[in-house]
Amino acid sequence: MPSLLVILPLLAVLLLNLPLNFLRRLALPAALLLALYQAAFALGVLPACCAGCPTQERWFLNALDPLTSVLLLAIAIVAFVSVFVLRATAGEERREFNMLNLVFLAVAGMNGLVLVRDLFSLYVFLELASIASFILIAAHREMGGLEGAFKYLVMSALATMMMLASIALLLALSGSTSFGAVAEALQAHARHGYVLTALGLFLGGLLIKSGVMPFHGWLPDAYSAAPAAVSTLLAGIVTKVTGVYALIRLVLDVFGFTPATQQLLLIFGAISVVAGALAALGQSDMKRMLAYSSISQVGYILLGLATGTGLGIAAAVFHLFNHAIFKTLLFVNAAAVEKQTGTRDMNQLGGLAQKMPITGVTSLLAMFSTAGVPPLAGFWSKLLIIAALWLSGFHGYALLGIGASLLTLAYFLSLQRRVFFGLVRAGCENVREAGWALTLPSLLLAAILVGVGLALPWLIGTFLLPVKGF
Amino acid sequence: MDPTFLKQQLLMNIILMGAMLLGALATVMLRQLVKAAIALAFTSVVLCVVMFKLNAPWAAVFELSVCAGLITVVFISAVSLVKPATEEERAAHIRFKTRRYFLLPLVLLLVGVGLSYVTGQPLPLPAAEPAGTELRSLLWGPRALDLLGQVLVLLAGVWGVVMLFKEEK
Amino acid sequence: MNLVSLVMPFGVFVALLAAVGLYCLIVTRDMLRVILALEVITKAVTLLLIVGGLVSGHMALAQAFVITLIVIEVVVIVAAAGIVIAVYKHTGTLDIRRLRNLKG
Repeated sequence: MPSLLVILPLLAVLLLNLPLNFLRRLALPAALLLALYQAAFALGVLPACCAGCPTQERWFLNALDPLTSVLLLAIAIVAFVSVFVLRATAGEERREFNMLNLVFLAVAGMNGLVLVRDLFSLYVFLELASIASFILIAAHREMGGLEGAFKYLVMSALATMMMLASIALLLALSGSTSFGAVAEALQAHARHGYVLTALGLFLGGLLIKSGVMPFHGWLPDAYSAAPAAVSTLLAGIVTKVTGVYALIRLVLDVFGFTPATQQLLLIFGAISVVAGALAALGQSDMKRMLAYSSISQVGYILLGLATGTGLGIAAAVFHLFNHAIFKTLLFVNAAAVEKQTGTRDMNQLGGLAQKMPITGVTSLLAMFSTAGVPPLAGFWSKLLIIAALWLSGFHGYALLGIGASLLTLAYFLSLQRRVFFGLVRAGCENVREAGWALTLPSLLLAAILVGVGLALPWLIGTFLLPVKGF
Repeated sequence: MDPTFLKQQLLMNIILMGAMLLGALATVMLRQLVKAAIALAFTSVVLCVVMFKLNAPWAAVFELSVCAGLITVVFISAVSLVKPATEEERAAHIRFKTRRYFLLPLVLLLVGVGLSYVTGQPLPLPAAEPAGTELRSLLWGPRALDLLGQVLVLLAGVWGVVMLFKEEK
Repeated sequence: MNLVSLVMPFGVFVALLAAVGLYCLIVTRDMLRVILALEVITKAVTLLLIVGGLVSGHMALAQAFVITLIVIEVVVIVAAAGIVIAVYKHTGTLDIRRLRNLKG
C-alpha cells in the first residue's frame, strides 16, 4: 500500500514521542527499518510496474509507475545512509533524536511528493520536505548553518509562491488541480498568453528549487554549511526530489513537450553543466566543490529530459538515480574526512588515502562514476544522455556534454589529489579511518554503483526503457 | 457565477484592493518593525474582507485568526527579542530608504500600466463545481491528503520551535 | 464572459502586491523585513487563489487550498523567525550583509 509510505513516518514520529524514555533509543532502529521497508516495497513493485500495475487506492490512484518507484528506492537508500551519518556525527543524544524526527518528516514529504498526482498536493508535500530541511540545516545553530538555512528558506519560499500563483491560474483555467484535468485544459489552449504565463511561473519555481544556474545562489551555502548528515540527505535526494523530480514529472504528465519548454530546458541545462563544473574547479572547501558538481550533474539530467524522447527521459531518470547514489557517497566521505581531520579545507589535507583506505577507494569510485568512467553506473547514464541528445539532432549540446565530462574529471582529480593522494600532510599523521557508521554506508553505496554499472545490459531492457512507457 | 456580480462590485473591490496595496507599501517601508508588522496585519484584515465579499467565508476566518492574529503575535515577539534600533541606525535607515525605495513607485506604475494593456484572446471558463459542494466534505473527502500534509507540516513546525528557540544549556 | 477578462482586474492588483514584496525583498538589508516581504507576496498569491476559485466557480476547492496554504505559511514564518533570532543571538544584528560569510 503506497499510502503507508506517508503514514508510517507520521506514526513513527507520534509513537516515538510518547513520554516513555526507552522509546528514544528506538528511534534509530525505527528509521533504518522504515527505510528498509521502503526499499523492499520499491524493489517489489518495480518489476510489476514496468508491466503496468494500477493500484486501486483512494489517495494514490495509479500512482506507482516506474519513475515513482525508482525515486522511492533512491529516497530509501539515501535516508538509510543519512541515518548512519547522523549517528556518527550528531553528537548530543537529544539533538540526534530531534533531527531523526525531522528526517522522518522529510522522508514522508518526499514520499508524498513522488506519489501524488495533483498539483496542490504536490505543493503541500514539497513544502513539507523543504520545511523539514530548513530546520535540519539550522539544527546545530552554528552561524554557517543558520545562514545557509535562511538563504534556502527565502529562495524556496519565493519558488513555491511562483508555483502557487501558477496553480491559481491553472485552477481558474481548468477548475481542478489534478494532473489529468490540468493537462487536458493546457492542451486545448497551448499557445495562449495566459497559459504561457502560468507555465513560465511554474517552471521558474521548479528551476529555483532544483538549484539550476543561474538560480543556484542558495545551493552551495545550504549544502556546505549544513550538518554532515543533513547535507548528505539534502544533496543526495531532497533537492533532487523537490526540484528535479517534480520538473520531470510535470513536464511529462502535465505540461508536455513544446519547443519552448525544450529550448528552456536545453539552455538552463547547458549553462548548469558548464558553469557548475567551472565553479567547482575553483573551490577549496570540499563540500562546496561537491555542491557545484551537483549543479553540473543536474544540468545533465535537464539535457536528457529536454530531448523528449524515450531514450533521453529514461537516461535522465537513470542519471537522477545514479546521482543520488554517488553524490550521497561523496558527501558521506566528506563527512568522514571532516570528522577525522576537523577540516574541509582541501589545502590543509593530503595523503589521506593511506590513512583512510576505505574512504579513499570509495570516493575514487564515486568520482569516476560521476565523471563517466566505464563501467561504473554514471558512465552509462551519461552515455545514454549524450546519445539521446545526438540522436535528437542536438549535436552541439551532445559535444558540450562530452566536454563538460572532461571538466568533471578535472575537478575531481584535483580534489582527489589534494585530499587523498600524495604525501601525508603535516597535521594529518594521526588520522585514522572513520568508524563503521561511516565506512559501512560508503561500502554499500560503492557496491550499488559497481553493481548497477555491471548489471546495465539487464537493467536497460527491464527497467530503463519502460520509464517512458506511459 | 452571475457576470454582473463582478461589475457591480468592481468599485468596492478597487477601494479594498487599494487599501491592501497601501498596507503592503506600509509593511515594506515603515521604519519600525512593530509598525510594519501591524501594517501587515492590516493588509491581512483587508484581504479577509475581500474574501468575505468574494464568497469565501471559511478562508476569510482563517486569514483573520491565523494571519492577522497569530503571525502578528509571532512577529512582534520576534521583534521584541531584538534590540531596538539606535538613533544613528534610524537616521541611516531613513537615508537608506529614500535612496533604495525611490524606484518602487516607478516599478508599480510600469507593472500596472503594462498589465492594463494586456487583453489577449478570450479563454472559455471551465465547468463550475456541482452546486452545494461543501468545504467540509471537500476537505475530508477528496482533499484529505492535504489535511494529512498539514498535520505533518505542523509537526515539522513543532520541531522547528523545539530546535530553534529552545535555550541551550 | 471569458476567463481573461474576469481574472485581469484582480490580476493587476495581485501583480502590484507581488511587485511591492519582490522589490522589498531585493533592496532590504533587514532579515525580519525579508520575512515581511515574503508575507506580502504570500498575501498576493492567497488573493489569486481565491480569484481562481471565484472565476472558475470552484470556490469550495479554492477555500480548501487557502486554508492549507495559511497553515503552511505560519509554519514557514515560525521557522524563519527562529532562524533570524538565532542569527541575532550570534551576531547582535539583523543586517543581511552579515550573511556573506559563505562565498565562492
